[in-house]
Order: sequence, then structure tokens, then C-alpha cells
Amino acid sequence: MYAELGQYAIILALIFAVIQAIIPLIGAQKGWNNWMALAVPTAQIQFILLFLAFAALTYSFVVSDFSVLLVAANSAVDKPLVYKFTGVWANHEGSMLLWNLILAIFGAAVATFGANLPPALRARVLSVQAMIGVAFLAFLIFTSNPFLRLENPPLEGSGLNPLLQDPGLALHPPFLYLGYVGLSMAFSFAIAALIEGKVDAAWARWVRPWTLAAWVFLTLGISLGSWWAYYELGWGGWWFWDPVENSSFMPWLVATALLHSAIVVEKRDTLKAWTVLLAILAFSFSLIGTFLVRSGVLTSVHAFATDPRRGMFVLLILALTIGGGLTMYALRANKLKSHSVFATFSRESGLVLNNLLLSVSAAVVLVGTMWPLVIEFATGEKISVGPPFFDMAFTPFMIVLVMALPIGSILPWKRANLGRSMKPLWGVMAISVTLGALVWSLQTGGRIIAPIGMTLAAWIILGAIADFGNRIRFRKVPFGESMRRLGNLPRSDWGKVLAHSGMGLIIFGISSVTAWEIEDIRTTRYGETYDVGSYTFTLNNVKDLEGPNYSIVRGEVLVESETESFLLYPEKRIYTAQQQPTTEAGIDMGLTRDVYIVLGDKQEAGGYAMRVYIKPFVNWIWIGTLVMSLGGLVSLFDRRFRVAAPSRKGRKTTAAPAE
Amino acid sequence: MKYLLIILMLSSPAMLASPAMAVEPSEMLDNPELEARARVISKGLRCLVCQNENIDDSNSGLAADLRILVRERLTEGDTNQGVVDYIVDRFGEYVLLKPTFSGTNMLLWASGPLLLILGGIGAVSFIRSRGKQRPETGLDEDETKKLASLLED
Repeated sequence: MYAELGQYAIILALIFAVIQAIIPLIGAQKGWNNWMALAVPTAQIQFILLFLAFAALTYSFVVSDFSVLLVAANSAVDKPLVYKFTGVWANHEGSMLLWNLILAIFGAAVATFGANLPPALRARVLSVQAMIGVAFLAFLIFTSNPFLRLENPPLEGSGLNPLLQDPGLALHPPFLYLGYVGLSMAFSFAIAALIEGKVDAAWARWVRPWTLAAWVFLTLGISLGSWWAYYELGWGGWWFWDPVENSSFMPWLVATALLHSAIVVEKRDTLKAWTVLLAILAFSFSLIGTFLVRSGVLTSVHAFATDPRRGMFVLLILALTIGGGLTMYALRANKLKSHSVFATFSRESGLVLNNLLLSVSAAVVLVGTMWPLVIEFATGEKISVGPPFFDMAFTPFMIVLVMALPIGSILPWKRANLGRSMKPLWGVMAISVTLGALVWSLQTGGRIIAPIGMTLAAWIILGAIADFGNRIRFRKVPFGESMRRLGNLPRSDWGKVLAHSGMGLIIFGISSVTAWEIEDIRTTRYGETYDVGSYTFTLNNVKDLEGPNYSIVRGEVLVESETESFLLYPEKRIYTAQQQPTTEAGIDMGLTRDVYIVLGDKQEAGGYAMRVYIKPFVNWIWIGTLVMSLGGLVSLFDRRFRVAAPSRKGRKTTAAPAE
Repeated sequence: MKYLLIILMLSSPAMLASPAMAVEPSEMLDNPELEARARVISKGLRCLVCQNENIDDSNSGLAADLRILVRERLTEGDTNQGVVDYIVDRFGEYVLLKPTFSGTNMLLWASGPLLLILGGIGAVSFIRSRGKQRPETGLDEDETKKLASLLED
């Protein structure tokens, strides 16, 4: 019954999406207010319908209704309740329903809270948003129907993949989708702007919060995935340059560029066409990511060919969206002229450099990810492009970006005196380089990444703080005056210092763990002690236990150092439904280091294989991503996005500069 | 994340059937220097039956066989490159996680610098064009005409 209601709801949602895609757009062209106004209720109804459909599917999972194919294939009665909820999106069909729901949430949000938008712009934005909705609802209904019934329902389902029965991974997809789909708003605004042939500061102000929100979710989603891989996959890696990871990283890079270029549009009324292009590209990269993951093309061109239906459909959506978007851009971008002027040394130039480096690095990731496909398609040969390529080809861009960041962000708009602007930074540079030199001289035989990483991390964090101090004229004016300025500082300035410092913390964590990680692999017996780094390890015992839906082999390891002593319990689990093993590393987390233990197999000669890692400062990678996201969040609540509801100014009359 | 991919796309849990660890203690060489070289080589070789995993990290049986093969070659005195060549001869370029610097792959390696140069030219010419434009005078057309006529007088 519920499944049929859900089915009914998604079909109705498709019909409403079609109406919303057409009527308001015509209304906006013709200036018919009631046609334009139709976008608001249709967007809201779509959200309600998809919410109902999602609720219906969730209900089927919670009550373990195995007559629904999807539930039978992905759930089981004895599965913990929380994973019955998260199991809804831990499969292709359910996750596509979630994708559509999130798309509808964003649409409804614009409809409901966008009263300050000019009616024509709102109608066009919602119409474009509905076009995307039509495509993905059709994809859901015709290729990925989550509500299919089984004629002969089984008594027990086949269970959820054990790797997905984990809090980190349970939350990973929704965050990632909020990010991916959130970028559709930027896309819709961009297309609407191209239709209108007008991009101004007001437009940038409307686009920026949506992009910012999407970016925060994307940052958190990627970070959750990386953290999950770290503690779950069993060797403590945190980034693999896997095509699936790259699929989420490329939109992140472009969205980051977009956030920065939108500032230029808003504050300086230039870089308009480029910003619109980035908005189109950011969502395009989200779609490419979806295509790569959903079509199976990544495993091999052949896997794609064996079941091409879904892949072809996504490819079609991809072609229409990107092709359509870029065609619109080609036709209309010349309308987006800007006349504002800035010097070579200026904040504007700094942000252009930021955009250049971020876009090229995103392109490098794209080329690297697609290269094996291109080669296989062109020559039939199979080659691999793995982490060594990305480390070599991508990292230099980030190093240059970080070197330029503090300088670019401290430069004033329009025209800077480089010497004067750099004044607060010389000290920072001296400290950073000294710190790097110190690290270099102290470490024995370590890798060069440590001193470089420490220098860059200090440079970017202290640089952000120096910029902040500069803003409140710290020590330039009396302390009380500085505090007053601090109180008046817009939230976006707080966001900036947080986001940039977060980047520094990430670099600090990455270079520490890469340079100074200690690894030990050996066979150990009960009671045997051995040293790794400054810690002593003893395997006390290994016990067989039972979990809710899995059996456990759990080791008890005593870890001692001069200052502390604790027990860790590395586990191996065998999930009953799938007979599939997973590792649960025993991890003692800390701000200065993680102690990470993986229990291996019983050895024929007696004893157990055991891997031990000491990972210095590794958690700062994720602390950094959190600080970065917090920066985005703080910026999101900047006054200018809420109050000064930007009204479109009439064209400023200025002497048109000769061109 | 790579497992997520496998799960979401193929839904075939069977492929993760054999529980094992990445590098097993029993595989490791007694000579620490050779073992260290083996680890470095292993990290650059792809596990052929996995999703984008190197044989050093992989739990699959085939990866274990390759790890042992790498160590055998090293014990027999091969150089690092010699070991890699030996494996590429048997399994093809697909095992190399770092693509070669030859043939069409040159384009892959050059893509970053090339795009940077192209983009850089675009960015520089944009910035220069912004600098060259006459600054806004704050006068509209009428005012400019008026000013011009006043100056003529």
C-alpha cells in the first residue's frame, strides 16, 4: 500500500515538475504575473510529494516490508533500527529518490523564502530548477524505480552491506547530495541570468548563499567519507584519489572557485561572464560525478556496455544540461559586460589567480580520472592513473595557491600598493620559514614534505590572522577602538579567517601524517611485548563474541608509554547475512597522534598478525575541514544576505568608457 | 569510499569474500632494506582485481601473490625498475598506478602545465584589459558634452 502511494507521489511530482518547467518560463518571457507565480506552489507541492514518497520508502524499510524489491535486496529484520533508516539511501534507487527530494527541498526553499527576488528572476530560476527535476524524476521512475514489488516476497532480506552499517558512511551520502544538488541552484541562477542577459551585484548576492550552503555540505560530505575510509578500511589512509572521491572533489574545487569569483561580482561588478560559466561548470561537475558513479563506466567501459540503460540516461541528462548550459552561455555571455577597473596588484587580480589555479587543478583531476576511459575507448588498451599521478600533477597547484593566498587576500580592492599591503605579512613569512627550517633541522631523515608543509600551514594560518588583525587595525589604533571594530566586523570576515585557517590545519595534518607516520607489521603472541615509536604494545587476548547481526573476533591490546596506558580493542566482524568480513581498527584518537591497531589473521605458526600505526596529528585533517565548513557557515549568516535584501538598482549612469 | 562505489554499483558482496590483510608478516623479507624497497614498489602497482587499490593495501589473494613475486625478484637481485618491468611484461601497463611518461600519456602529464599556460594567458590579458580601461569619470554623456563645450569656449 505504502509503496504504491510512494510510486503515485513520484509520478505526480514529475507532472508538477513539467508544469513548473514550462508555465513560469513563458510567464516570465511574456510578463504574465499569474503564470510566473505558478512556480511557487508547484515547487512546494513537488517537495511535499517527494517527501511523502521518501517517507513511504522509509516506512517500508523500517517495517521490513520484503515485498518491496529494494527492501528485500538491501535490508534485514535483525538490522539495527538506525541502519533501517539509513539503508533507504544506501542503494542506487533509494539514493536517487533522496537526490530528487533534496532537489525539491532547494526548489521549495527558493519558492518559499525568495519573496525578495524579482518575480521574473524567481520564475526563471524555479523553471530551470524544475527542468533538472524533470530529468532526474524521469531517471528515477523509468530506470531506477525504488517501489517495485516482488511477487513472492522472501521471509528475510539479504541485508545491508556491512561496510555501510556505520555512522560515518550512513551520513556521507546525504551531505554529499546536499552539496551536489545545492550547486543546481547556482546553475539555475546562472541560466536565469543568461536568459535575462543581466548579472549584477544583487544577482551575486542571491547566488552566493546557495553556493555557500552547497559548498559547506560538500566539504562536510567529502570529509565524512575520508574519515570513514580512515577508520574503517583498515590501513588508515585518508584519501585515495579514487575516481569516486575525485567525482566529489572536482565539484568542490569548482564550487570553491565560484564562491570566490561571486565575491568579485558582488563587490566590484566584474568577472560576471566567468562567474556564470563557473556556476554552470560547478553543477556540470556534480553531474559528471553522478554519471561516473551511477553508470558503472568506472569499472570498465565494458561494465557500462553490459547494462547501459542507466548510464545512457545519465549521459543524456549530462549532455542536455552541460550542452544546453554552455550553448546558452555562448549565445548570451556577451551581454554580461562589465566596466569596472582594477590594477594588476589588487584583490581582484588575487581572486583571478585563485580561480585560475582552482579551475586548472579541477581540470587536472578530471583529465586524470577520465584518462583510462579515453585511452580504453580510443585504443582498447587498459591503463591506470593512480595516486602517484595525482600527487605529482595536482599538488603543485595547491602549493602555489597557498603561497599566494595570504597576499591575495590582504590586498585592497581596485589598486594596491604591494609594499604597503605586504607590511603585516613580512613577519608572518619570517616566522613560517623559520618554523619550516626548524622542523627540517630537527627531524632525522624525515621527508621534505614536513618542513614545506609546516611552512605553508603557518604561512596561511598566521597570514589569515594577520589579515584579520589588519582589518581591525590591531595595535594601529587604541585597543578599545580595535575591539569596537572587531564587534562591527561582518560575519563574512570571520568566515574568511576561519575557512583559510582550516585550509592551513588540513595542510598541517596531511604533512605531519605523511612525513612522520610510523608503521609496524608483525606476528605477535599473547603476552609478548614490543615497541613501536614511544609506545609498548602487548596483545592480551583474542576473544570470539556476538554482535547484533555479526560475529566478532576481538583482540585486547595493552598500549603503554611513559605517560599513559590504555587498552584498545581491534576487531574483525563477520556479518551473518552476507558472510562478509570487515575490520574495525582499534584507535585511540588524540590531538597529537592516533594509535591505530588492526588485528589480522591467526597465523599457522601460532600468534596473530598485527599492524600498528602511530599517526601524528592526523585528526587535524578533519578538524581543518570542520573549521573550514564552520567558516562557510559563519559567512552564510552574514547580515548582507539576510537584511539588505538587495533591490536591483537602476542602471547607474556613468560615462560609458570607450572600448 | 571505493567500497561504497562497488557496493552501490554492483551490489555484489561476494567479491570481498576472502578475509586477509594487506601485507602479511609471513610475506615480509628479513632484510629491512629489501623489504622497504618492496613496500615502495608495491605501492605503485595496482591490484588487478580491485577498484583502484595498490597491492600493498589490498586484501585480495592475487595482490598477495604479486607482493610475493615482487619480493622474489628483489631477493634475486633485480633493481626496483627491473622488478616493475618484469611485472609490466607479464600483466601489462594496467598494473602501473603511475602512468608512463611515453606516447599518448605525455598529453596526460602535460595537461596541467598546458592548461595553466592557456588559462594564465587568458587571466593576464583580462587583468591587463581591466587596468587599461579609462577609470569612471562619474560624468554621464550629457555632462561630458557639457564639459567639452565649456572647454571649447
